[in-house]
Amino acid sequence: MHAVTFTRSTPDTAARVWVDEDGAVTWGDVATVVNPWDEYSLEETIAQSKSGGGESTVIAIGSALHNDALKHSLAMGIDKALRLEEAGADMKDSLVWSAMAAGAIRKLGDVDLIIFGKESVDVGTDQHAYQLARRLGWTMLSYVSRIVYADYSERRIQVERAVEQGKQTVSAALPAVISVLKEINEPRYPNFLGIRRAAKAEIPVWSAADMNVALPRAGTTALRFLNPPAREISTEILAGADVNATASALAQRLFEEKVL
Amino acid sequence: MSVFAWIETAAGEAVSSSWEALSAAAILAKSLDTDTAAIVFGANCDALARRASQLGATRVIACPDEALAEDRLDAYSALLSQLVEKHEPEAVVSAATNRGRELLASAAADSESGLISEVIDLRVEHGSIIGTRPAYAGKVLMEMTSNSATTFVTVRGRSFAAPTPRAAAKPEIERVKADGIPKDPPVKIDDFVAELGQVNLADAAIIVSGGRGMANNPQAAPAGLSGNDASIWKAKHGFANTLRPLAEVLGAAIGASRAAVDAGYIPYKHQVGQTGKTVNPDLYIACGISGAIQHQAGMRGSKIIVAINKDAEAPIFKLARYGIVGDLYEVVPALTQALEEKLR
Ligand SMILES: Cc1cc2nc3c(=O)[nH]c(=O)nc-3n(C[C@H](O)[C@H](O)[C@H](O)COP(=O)(O)OP(=O)(O)OC[C@H]3O[C@@H](n4cnc5c(N)ncnc54)[C@H](O)[C@@H]3O)c2cc1C
Ligand SMILES: Nc1ncnc2c1ncn2[C@@H]1O[C@H](COP(=O)(O)O)[C@@H](O)[C@H]1O
Repeated sequence: MHAVTFTRSTPDTAARVWVDEDGAVTWGDVATVVNPWDEYSLEETIAQSKSGGGESTVIAIGSALHNDALKHSLAMGIDKALRLEEAGADMKDSLVWSAMAAGAIRKLGDVDLIIFGKESVDVGTDQHAYQLARRLGWTMLSYVSRIVYADYSERRIQVERAVEQGKQTVSAALPAVISVLKEINEPRYPNFLGIRRAAKAEIPVWSAADMNVALPRAGTTALRFLNPPAREISTEILAGADVNATASALAQRLFEEKVL
Repeated sequence: MSVFAWIETAAGEAVSSSWEALSAAAILAKSLDTDTAAIVFGANCDALARRASQLGATRVIACPDEALAEDRLDAYSALLSQLVEKHEPEAVVSAATNRGRELLASAAADSESGLISEVIDLRVEHGSIIGTRPAYAGKVLMEMTSNSATTFVTVRGRSFAAPTPRAAAKPEIERVKADGIPKDPPVKIDDFVAELGQVNLADAAIIVSGGRGMANNPQAAPAGLSGNDASIWKAKHGFANTLRPLAEVLGAAIGASRAAVDAGYIPYKHQVGQTGKTVNPDLYIACGISGAIQHQAGMRGSKIIVAINKDAEAPIFKLARYGIVGDLYEVVPALTQALEEKLR
């Protein structure tokens, strides 16, 4: 049994991010972290590979910036890490991305389950998982809040999904692609041994040619990045004679703002 | 040629944010000098077609196949891809709901087309569609264009005004058959528990949110509960008996900070912020929330922000148009009463 997960490095969520004079996005020298949503998918990948008596692999697509996320994944307990990089390709584009990802899954050959985080906390496109599933022709089960069972010999999985209208329990054949929500587990922290193992690990890099993939043209082009217009907020602190007077003053303001 | 708008349904009824997508599609169609085609699948197509043409669709492409259950991502993707191949639309637009994101991403992969997701603004320049979307939790905006004949677009909720109904001409409906789509659903639905009667955070015009401060409820916890259990009890009662009445008077949805969710005061689906929901209501009332940057990431797009916090130095006041420095357990009931009197 082989479970694969995908992850990336993102700027710390507390970082200030802005567009510099050259029009590039920067967060200064703040460190990157593993995409926070992926802590849950990493944990689930480890748990599934252990309970299925198999192995786990984590893959990042993009520059060496993502090695940090891969090392964190190894430190948590993922067995193997892999980075896919193609010089000159727009690896952020989801068509290019999913073509590379599908190439890696085919080259690995024995994958039963692919686990994604809900979204990237930075670009937040929420489309990578679907496009990979589509390219592989595998079933997609998104927004999974619980795996009821995953039977790797019967090759079936049953999960609970948090959909907009309620909670759905569904089952499907493996292999499948799932994306998981934070309710699914409590991610473990890397321990000392894990961190040491990760520090020493060599991370192989596969190019499109290594995977025998012909990359498609990028579907989109980012034209420019902008700092959002500064919001002119003048804060009015309301303070009346007593709490009722203050509350009435607020109610009055809200009427005048026409938001009620 | 056309601009497609996929009208998502839930139990046969159109999801309200789909009409916003139809508005966005109509804007593109106007700039591109083409028509707006509403795409409706499944049961109830006729009623949906009529409604879509009242709301601005120039024509409707319907697949009224009863077997097209709403959860059939595989079938919907195959069908949409067939329509894209046949009509070569300039754009396909849907709301950035869970199902909209999945469907458009899948169909875009089929035709190797560009997808611009979570768009808050659209325009056409020299014949190219340009979408503006937030990135890095709204700290940065990006403008994107696609490199393909068809551009797929998902639009963020409440970014495009819902269309106003007009007297519809008899809609021109093109009916298609669900031919050549997978017969057997790959996914078996074993159970479904609907959650009804809740205002959806993403669609809400008003949101009342509670944070860790909800635990400082002066109401005494039942004897026998102490420490953490007592805090959880107090906070839950605060959400139910103090925040909910305010939300009810306002017809608002209830939000929460991650601290409140992590402490077990309220389920995760209420969480607003970078790892919760992004919301942009007209009015956001933050009660007992400090305003950490990750919380701001989810709500700074709100039109008017009100902060109720006992700490005058809390960062939330920097975002707020109106603030009250005080105990939420005194202020919120007083505000509820004041609004009740005014709204009656
Ligand atoms: C990767 C990552 C992702 C995150 N994602 C999110 C996210 O999606 N959403 C989110 O909200 N946070 C998120 N956080 C957490 C965030 O950093 C803060 O910890 C959290 O928002 C704090 O919640 P809070 O304001 O309720 O609690 P606190 O910061 O503890 O603030 C409580 C406030 O309540 C006030 N208060 C207390 N009692 C009363 C009273 N009786 N009346 C009035 N005021 C009172 C206090 O003055 C204080 O300002 C994330 C953090 C990380 C690292
Ligand atoms: N460059 C990347 N490399 C590996 N995994 C990624 C990358 N970008 C996104 N992912 C994965 O895809 C999920 C959804 O991301 P997104 O579609 O960008 O919102 C994330 O939670 C990650 O698991």
